[in-house]
Parts: sequence; C-alpha cells; structure tokens
Amino acid sequence: MSEELHEVSVTVNGALHRVAVPARRLLSDFLRHDLRLTGTHVGCEHGVCGACTILLDGAPVRSCLTFAVSVDGAAITTVEGLAAEDGTLHPVQAAFQDCHGLQCGFCTPGMVMSACGFLVDQPDADADEIREGMAGNLCRCTGYAGILAAVEQAAATLRDSGADPRERHSAFTDVGPGDRK
Amino acid sequence: MSTRQFGAAVARVEDPRLLRGEGRYLDDLGHDALAVAILRSPHAHARIVDLDVTDAVDVDGLIAIYTYEDLPPRLQQPLPLLIPHPALTAPVTQKILADGEVNHVGEAIAMVVASDRYVAEDVLDRIRVDYEVLPAVVDLEAAVAGGADVHDEVPGNVAAELVQTIGDAGSAIADAPHRLKLRLDIERSASTPLEGRGVHARWDPDDRRLRVHTSTQAPTSVRAAIATFLELDFAQVDVVVPDVGGGFGVKIMHPWPEEILVPWAARLLGREVKFTEDRHEHFVSANHERGQVQWVEVGFDDDGRILGLDVTFLHDHGAYIPYGLIVPIITSTQLLGPYRIEHYRVEFRSVYSNKTPVTPYRGAGRPQGCFLMERTVDAIATELDLDRTVVRERNFIQPDEMPYAFGLTFQDGRDYTYDSGDFPASMAALKDLVDWDGFPARKAAAAAEGRQLGIGLACYVEGTGVGPYEGGHVLVEPNGTVQVATGLGTQGQGHQTSFAQIVADELGVPLEQVKVVTGDTRRFPYAVGTFASRAAVMSGNAVHLAAKKVREKALQLASDALEADVEDLELADGRVQVKGSPDTSLPLSMLATLSNPLRYAFDEHAKAATQFAGPNDPNKPPVAEGQAPGLEGTDYYSPVRSTFANGMHAVEVEIDPATSDIEIRRYAVVHDCGNLINPTIVKGQVLGGVAQGVGGALYEKMAYDEHGQLLNASFMDFLMPYATEVPSVDIAHLETPSPLNPLGIKGAGEAGVIPGSAAIAAAIEDATGVAIRAMPISPSQLHELRLAAGGTT
Repeated sequence: MSEELHEVSVTVNGALHRVAVPARRLLSDFLRHDLRLTGTHVGCEHGVCGACTILLDGAPVRSCLTFAVSVDGAAITTVEGLAAEDGTLHPVQAAFQDCHGLQCGFCTPGMVMSACGFLVDQPDADADEIREGMAGNLCRCTGYAGILAAVEQAAATLRDSGADPRERHSAFTDVGPGDRK
Repeated sequence: MSTRQFGAAVARVEDPRLLRGEGRYLDDLGHDALAVAILRSPHAHARIVDLDVTDAVDVDGLIAIYTYEDLPPRLQQPLPLLIPHPALTAPVTQKILADGEVNHVGEAIAMVVASDRYVAEDVLDRIRVDYEVLPAVVDLEAAVAGGADVHDEVPGNVAAELVQTIGDAGSAIADAPHRLKLRLDIERSASTPLEGRGVHARWDPDDRRLRVHTSTQAPTSVRAAIATFLELDFAQVDVVVPDVGGGFGVKIMHPWPEEILVPWAARLLGREVKFTEDRHEHFVSANHERGQVQWVEVGFDDDGRILGLDVTFLHDHGAYIPYGLIVPIITSTQLLGPYRIEHYRVEFRSVYSNKTPVTPYRGAGRPQGCFLMERTVDAIATELDLDRTVVRERNFIQPDEMPYAFGLTFQDGRDYTYDSGDFPASMAALKDLVDWDGFPARKAAAAAEGRQLGIGLACYVEGTGVGPYEGGHVLVEPNGTVQVATGLGTQGQGHQTSFAQIVADELGVPLEQVKVVTGDTRRFPYAVGTFASRAAVMSGNAVHLAAKKVREKALQLASDALEADVEDLELADGRVQVKGSPDTSLPLSMLATLSNPLRYAFDEHAKAATQFAGPNDPNKPPVAEGQAPGLEGTDYYSPVRSTFANGMHAVEVEIDPATSDIEIRRYAVVHDCGNLINPTIVKGQVLGGVAQGVGGALYEKMAYDEHGQLLNASFMDFLMPYATEVPSVDIAHLETPSPLNPLGIKGAGEAGVIPGSAAIAAAIEDATGVAIRAMPISPSQLHELRLAAGGTT
C-alpha cells in the first residue's frame, strides 16, 4: 500500500529543489518537513489563520491549502527568504520589531509574507487600507495595533528605497540607521 | 554609568530570530520522529462497546496502536487532581486513554504511532468503535436539576459547593432602602492560541535519560508528572519548552494525556515520537473556560452605596475537574473589584457537563465576575438615575485604606488583601481619556443624524504575582556573557528582554551581554509556572535578587584584587571600578575567571586564576570559607500574598438602528500594574488582552448543541477577531508601586481581557436602552432583544 511519489521541481528562496512527494502532501508540510524551512507555520490547516502564508510566483498563498505537487516549476519565497544573507532584517521584518508587531511570533511569518504581498499591490496604502489588507491573518497576542503600525512604517521605508517587498533584503545597498541583525 | 534599562521601552531581543523564521516551536523539532495521532470520541457521552483494529493493522507505516488495556498499570491510573480543595468532595479526573466510557467529544480513546501524521490518520480512519450513546449533560441548570448524570458516582453533577461570607449580607440587603436582583451569564470560550498543543520525546538509551519538549506553561510540573507516571527518577527526565506559539492559560493544564503517552511510547519503542495537535483537536480536546450562570442580589442606599451583595453561580467545569476550584474561587473573590463591600455572601457550585474540561483562560473567572459586578453597579445607577462613574466613585476603596483586607481567602489560599492602588485617580484618568463628560453632546449630535451612540465603562482589580515562589540563576561566564535562567516558561511575553533589563541594571552590563533562558529544567529545575500574571513579578524579582548576589560577589572579588574597599567600588560598563577613577577597574569577565581558582590554564585569560599567578595568601584556602567557585548566584522570590493590579476600560459604540450591527468607535484603557519594566511590552500585553476581550464580548463562544456536539470547532465558525474587528485603543498608565516586592511591580498579562464584556455590554445598553444581561452578544441577538423590548426597528 505504498504511496505513489511524484517528482516536484521548485525554486524556494532562490534555490532549486527536486523532491519526490505523495500527491496528498501539503505544501506547508513539504516546506516545513521535507525542506526543513520551519519558518512557515501551520495554525489551522483550513486556510483561515494565514500563518502558513508564502509567496507563490510573487503572490501570497496559503500553503496549507496547496498541494506540493501543484507547485512544480514554480518559485516560492518563504519568511527565510527575506532577511539579507548576513541576517540583516528586511524592512518589513525590521518594522515589526520597531512597532512591537509580534509577541509569541507564531503568526508572524504569515503576517510578514502577507504584508510583503500586500505592499506590492498597494504601496501607498493608508491606515484603513492597511487594516483591511492585513485582515486575512489571525493574531491572538498583539491586538493588531503593532502589526498595522509596522506595515505602515514598512510601506514608507519601501517607498523611499524603491525596493520590491518580495525580494531578499540587501544589506549592502540599503544600509541605514534602521538596519540591524 | 550605564543607562538604566528598567523602565525603558527597549526593543525585544527575541524578535530578530522570530522574524527571520528561526523560531523553534514544537512542530519544528523532530523531523524524523514517529508521529502520533489520537483517536477521539465523536460522542459527548457514550460507553465503548467494542474497539476493532482489524482493518487498521495493514496500513503501511503503522508502528503501534495503544488502547487503555495496553497501558501499564501506572498509566491506567487517573490523571492527577492538580489543586485539591476541602470543598471539592466529588473530584473526577480523566484517564490517559478512555476506560470504557467517554465523557466529552474529543476525549482520547486510542493512540496511533506511525511513520508520519498522514499515515497515522489513515490508521485512525480504519479503527472501528461501537458506542452505546448515553444522554449528554449540556445545560448547566438542567445538570443540577436532577436529570442525567455525567459520572454515575456523582449523582446531581455537583463536584463542589463553596460559600464565602463577609459580615451579614442577608440582613444588610433586607434592611437596604433599595434592592435589585439580576441574572448575568457568560458563555463558554477558550484561549485559542495560534499554536496548539504538542509534545516531542526522545529516550537516550545510553544515558537512560528522557528529553521531552512540550508546548507548556508549566515545565517543571510536567517533568514531575512524567517522572511519576513513568516511574523514573527526576534526574532521568529533562523537560524543555521550545518557543511557544501562545498560551493564554490553556497550556497551564498538565499533564495532558499526550504528555505522558508520547514519552512513554518513545521509551518503549526506542524512537523519537512527536504529537502535534491540529486545530480541530484543539477545539474539542484542549480545555475551555468562562461558562457560568450567575445570579446577584444587591442592597444599596439612596446615594448608590452598596450595603450588601449576595451572589450565587454555577460554574461549568466540563467533563473532569483536573484544576480544582481555581476559576470559581477567583470569580467569587475578584468580582468585588475596587469596591468596599462590607456585607457579602457568595455561593457557587462547580458542575460536571459532557463538554471539554475547563481550566483557566486568560482572566480566569474574572471576566465573569467583572461582568456581574459592573452590570450590577450600572443597574444601581440606572435605578437611582445617577451617573455611572459617580456610583463607582462612591463605592471605591480609597488609597488611604490600603492595604485593604476583605476577610476572604484568595485562590492562593492566602488572605484576599489589596496591597495598593488609587482607584479615584484611575477613574479621573479614564474620564479624561475617553472624554466621558463630553459624551452627552456627542450622543445628542449623533442622534440628530439618526445615529445611535452609547458609552460604557467597567473597573476591575486583578490579583497577580501569585506564589508560592520562583527562582533565578545568574552566572557571569569568563567571556563576560551573563547567563540568566528561570524555571517558568514563556509564551510571547518577552521575558528574554524584560528579565535581561533587570539583570543588566544590577550588574552594570549592556543588555546584549545578558542571555536569558526560561522553561528548561536542565538550567533551572525549580519553578511553579507561567499563569496568573505572575512571571514578571515572581521571576523578575527572583532574577533581580540572584543578580544582587552576583553583584555582591563581584564587588568582593574586585575589592580583594584591587585592594580597595567595597564601598569605594561601583559596577558600570561591564566592569567593577573604583568610584571616580575608572582606570582602576577589572572587567566582570576577569572577575569570573578569578572567582574560580584554577590549576590548569586553558587560555591566556585563565592564567590569572592559576596557583602561581598572582598575589594570594598561602595560609588561606583558595576558596574562602563560605564562598563557592564561580561568579554566580541563585535566589528565590516567595511573597506572603499576591499583589493586586487594577484598571478601568471605557467603550463608545455605535449601533446600526436597522441591522443592530455593533461598531466600537472608541476604546480607552487606564491600567495600573505598578512599576513598568518595559512599557512597550506592557502596552502590548494590554492591547492583546483588549482584543481577546472584544472577541469574548462580540464574537467568540463555544456553540454546543443539545447532544454535546461543538458546532463551531474551526476558525471558519469560531470567530476570532481579525484586524478589522479590533478597535484602536487609547491607553494611560498609572504606576502605583507594589509594596510587596523589591521591584514594586505587579502583573499585566491578563488585565486587558477582564472588563471587555462588562464595558461593551454597558455601552450597548446605553445606546439602545435594552438591558444586556448575557454575553457574548451578536447583532442578531441584539436585534431580537430590541424587538422584544418594542424597539424602533
């Protein structure tokens, strides 16, 4: 009763992976347990909490509602793919620390990835639009105030730098007082 | 001197790691571990007639299936009654796996161990169980009215009945000029952290030692439970808490069946074993709280002064009562809030039902008590046509009455005595913050546009920093790093930052030099746990006291080495220096080396501590009498009683006259938790609590049907607030220090959630004129109430 395996080729955070997986394997499990990228979290497995949000070909997607076999040939960014190679935080990540946008940190990777996707679509979003735009992710700790402030700060930083929020941060081009490891 | 860290809004040291996706939560561990899935009861109450695994054993990847009969005798014993109480006369606790009967949907029946979770769930699908379904006890009033019983051995379903009194409430009420009777209920809800429960265990056959990671708020007690059930020495069991994705109370429950089963299986099978709870399991098998049916009678005078208060309530503790009477005892005492009530009687019954068991959820009985008391005070104001703030002010305990002893017993078994607080000042701050006096004009202006506004407020006092103790260990390494350990665990409160702030101040070192570990029995084996808003008070003071010992030792070592009086020395910038001449100094790193007399130099630094290195008296022992090697200190903080924080919330709502939609327009919080270690972290705790309070008031309830089925066991149906449901919040802090502890601090973890339902109900009532006597409330429920009251719709 062995399960049939299907080869998947997928680029994750710039690295190409070829892995054979069962058809029913969730993308969230594939990332977390096959590739051991455990920054992507699973909070509900039914697509409501958003903790598992990743960028699939640049767009935010719930990895718990996606089968790994369906991402063959795609490019994925997870939360591990945002900070600079030396660990310097991406502007969205830095803003979350500045604004106390996290407590336990479990929803945080999903929040950060959702924010990165949102800020591509609405780089000039005002506070109300940010609240609406971030309303697909649950947080049980913060009451959201710090998260919304963080996205507002990150939007301003990214507008100033012109960087694509989905790209890995480069500590060499954007070094400023806000950069930190 | 170094900048003082205590009181500074420093950025959290845990954040960069968590933001980069480098957190290590329970399911991030043990990629190669065998996976556990639990067969759970689909019925609220049933006898297990037969359990057949014939079809399950053929599944590839299955390792083992265990039922109650497969467990060794020790594991067939019931799980412990964690907090016994003399009034708890009929306690029933759960078996690790069901022994022929199940008493709630979600109760564990069998454990499957397999190569991965997918396979384990395949196996679950193939286990056949025949049940004889029994009548389910769901409604609390029916439970005590002589219907069906949850447990045959507890006819009537009452586990405990407890009465506490001050003075003579009966006479005081009877003699009062005014009397009111109200019923004020709160429904079931739950902590609902984003990360569920989880356990990972590894048995090392060479060391004969068990290492268990578990997502808990009580690591040392989990360790004790595992050692006891598995009949191991404590020395053979390490419990380590990884990053925890939120707790809010539910993870104080222990040992869960899985916390015993997983280590047991790991040892038996000689393989790593892991259980990761899924969301549906969390809804039905992780504990709930809040459900209480409450009645109050109050007597008061023409000024609104409360003369006597009589409270009776039923507490729904679910199918089992592992945590004793803590929640209803907290309701019984803490409902008194900031008010001087000299004649009081409270009686509760703790009642079995065929629902998920109940243990504390953030607030722990206080939201129910606050709802009862604050709605009662509002009713007095309505009855006498007085401003609601005025009635409150007339009943406040005054600052000069502190400490104020009620003559009741609190949840810690100690006197219920408030240590400090300035309620009139808090009220003044709240009225200012929400512009209470300007509200009538706002309401009138809105009414002129056909809009309906209402304002409400609620006060609370919260016992925090509950004993018995916590400990701290502080050690300066020869490289200068300051290692700090405390036994209780962390679920997002930023302890690595706030405890580091406390230690950094005491030792005069930069924050970055301090590394804090919590919840690892290998590092600190004595602890009580993280609950009751106690971690900052208990462990904060413990690490402070431990750091003081290290400071004293460093001063003594430097005094000897620099040949200077201790009084002439100071700690700053990671060094001990002669006051006024920083050139005459020694770094803490060198003092750490010197504190440990060496025979062997393993690096250049260590040479200084070897036996031929420097001036030492050959006629004295290298380790002085009463001293020990190492620049380290351990100390404990154990208070006589709890410290009491307080706060007040005010809410302004707008009700849609057509749809009864409820919108929060303004939310103001005044919060007093004594001295603040880190204002940013405290504010975050309050804001998070308010969001849970809003959820509890308007969205969240466990919806059981008459068969005991939980109808909304998913995030699609149990409506936790998103960013769009949580209002912006204005916060003002008062800092009335606690006289009970060296740092003058009080707990802050639960405060935000407590008055939500009370304040929001008051605002809705003010807007609509419809009495709000039960929470949570949905727009459709409000609509029904307005229609029933002959409203304008």
